[in-house]
Amino acid sequence: MTDLAWIDTAITASRPQAIGALLRYFRDLDTAEEAFQNACLRALKAWPQNGPPRDPAAWLILVGRNVAIDDLRRGKKQQPLPDDEAISDLDDAESALAERLDGSHYRDDILRLLFICCHPELPPTQQIALALRIVSGLTVPQIARAFLVSDAAMEQRITRAKAKVARARVPFETPGAPERSERLGAVAAMIYLVFNEGYSASGDTAGIRAPLCEEAIRLARLLLRLFPSEPEIMGLTALMLLQHARAPARFDAHGEIVLLDEQDRGLWDTKLIAEGLALIDKAMRHRRTGAYQIQAAIAALHARATRPEDTDWAQIDLLYGSLEILQPSPVITLNRAVAVSKVRGAEAALAMIAPLEERLSNYFHYFGTRGALLLQLGRRDEARTAFDRAIALARTTAEANHIRMHLDRSKRDDAAERINP
Amino acid sequence: MLYAILCYHDEDFVGSWSREEDAAVMEKLKLVHGKLAAQGRLGPVARLLPTTAATTLRKDSEPPVVIDGPFAETKEQLLGFYVVDCADLDGALDVARDLALANPGGAYEIRPIGLFMPGAAQP
Repeated sequence: MTDLAWIDTAITASRPQAIGALLRYFRDLDTAEEAFQNACLRALKAWPQNGPPRDPAAWLILVGRNVAIDDLRRGKKQQPLPDDEAISDLDDAESALAERLDGSHYRDDILRLLFICCHPELPPTQQIALALRIVSGLTVPQIARAFLVSDAAMEQRITRAKAKVARARVPFETPGAPERSERLGAVAAMIYLVFNEGYSASGDTAGIRAPLCEEAIRLARLLLRLFPSEPEIMGLTALMLLQHARAPARFDAHGEIVLLDEQDRGLWDTKLIAEGLALIDKAMRHRRTGAYQIQAAIAALHARATRPEDTDWAQIDLLYGSLEILQPSPVITLNRAVAVSKVRGAEAALAMIAPLEERLSNYFHYFGTRGALLLQLGRRDEARTAFDRAIALARTTAEANHIRMHLDRSKRDDAAERINP
Repeated sequence: MLYAILCYHDEDFVGSWSREEDAAVMEKLKLVHGKLAAQGRLGPVARLLPTTAATTLRKDSEPPVVIDGPFAETKEQLLGFYVVDCADLDGALDVARDLALANPGGAYEIRPIGLFMPGAAQP
């Protein structure tokens, strides 16, 4: 039992390196995956007897490659697999291989593997599904559960994605510096998609989907170990750590949304916050600002505030200002308006979001924010109209319930005023 | 006589632990800590954050160079460590620069601490 748990962890940790290297040999996702599965089966037999290999990833690559080459040589002839003893001089071969497999080798293999999963021809949902299947090794039912779809639908999504990748011409040469930075950007975006898929959970699905956030963080840490001086990768990792640290406080016991101001900060995960703060601190020193770094810096200001009223909203307003310049989007302006309302009042914030209405006419958070601002100004009838729109646009019951709570509160205030004018 | 016990492990492996697996290891360690503490033999205990959180100040140039990542020259060995309380990385780097002035050559790796138990053992 303990042995098996140890092997499971070693296989999980080696998976990206091993699949990446096998993909480089065979240039085919299915063959690489099958070779890896076969190597894992052999590891389950060999490791408990012989003890852990010096480099589990190198062992899995070598064994997987040998088994697959044997299979290919035999072609269509159906023969039983050779005995384990048939794989000769495993130890010698392993040490030679381990020496050749230095970090930089792994690095390009893993980057290529991640890059293949975020192939631009694949829609985002297929990119995430493929990455979770191939890089993370989650089973189809696990992924299906996290996405709240049926096993059959997920199986189909992954098969389609693999077929598209197989048809597309994937470059296998080692990427040069410009290609690498382009790929890193695409890979970072894909990892953030995985995270957001998990983060956008509602109260009743939060437990099911949290593993997606953890997997995204694991992938980001992996990427950061391969590229330890990329400030945007530090920023992305910090951003996800700081956001995920708040997960235990985001929903109450009934699965209802708890806003940042009302969250029990004692529930925030201090270990994740410490790592996130250390990373964003380090990233900012590079003076190569990027969108992930700015978002992480905003998350860091929230994380540093012991009480909501300690939040440095003026600094958050400035950071959103830089984000608007770097990545103009009405959603960012909407977020900035919340900071503006704390610094310069609800009136200024309302004026700021008024021009966004047309572009955000289908956006739940626009009407939720507008309603809350109007309520602060005592314009209750207008607030109620905005909240009604928000409920109509809510994607989860928790979102709708949250707005209903505002509505109920505003009605209670109305009633109280009628009694005590 | 006090001994420093430095913990080395494969980061890939430890990083693949689930939250539950990590917690289970920490629980087992707590038993060991508890026994040592009861005997008055437990000194400071620190768990460092991952090497990706590390910054290194290299002392072999003037002014010293600050780089990302851990201190990785295998020809250099870990000879001791400080635990300092600083507001941020800049503060810690200032301390490291002061130390570097007093002690030339080599490098200081600055690693944020994830868990710190002050302990009670006296020399």
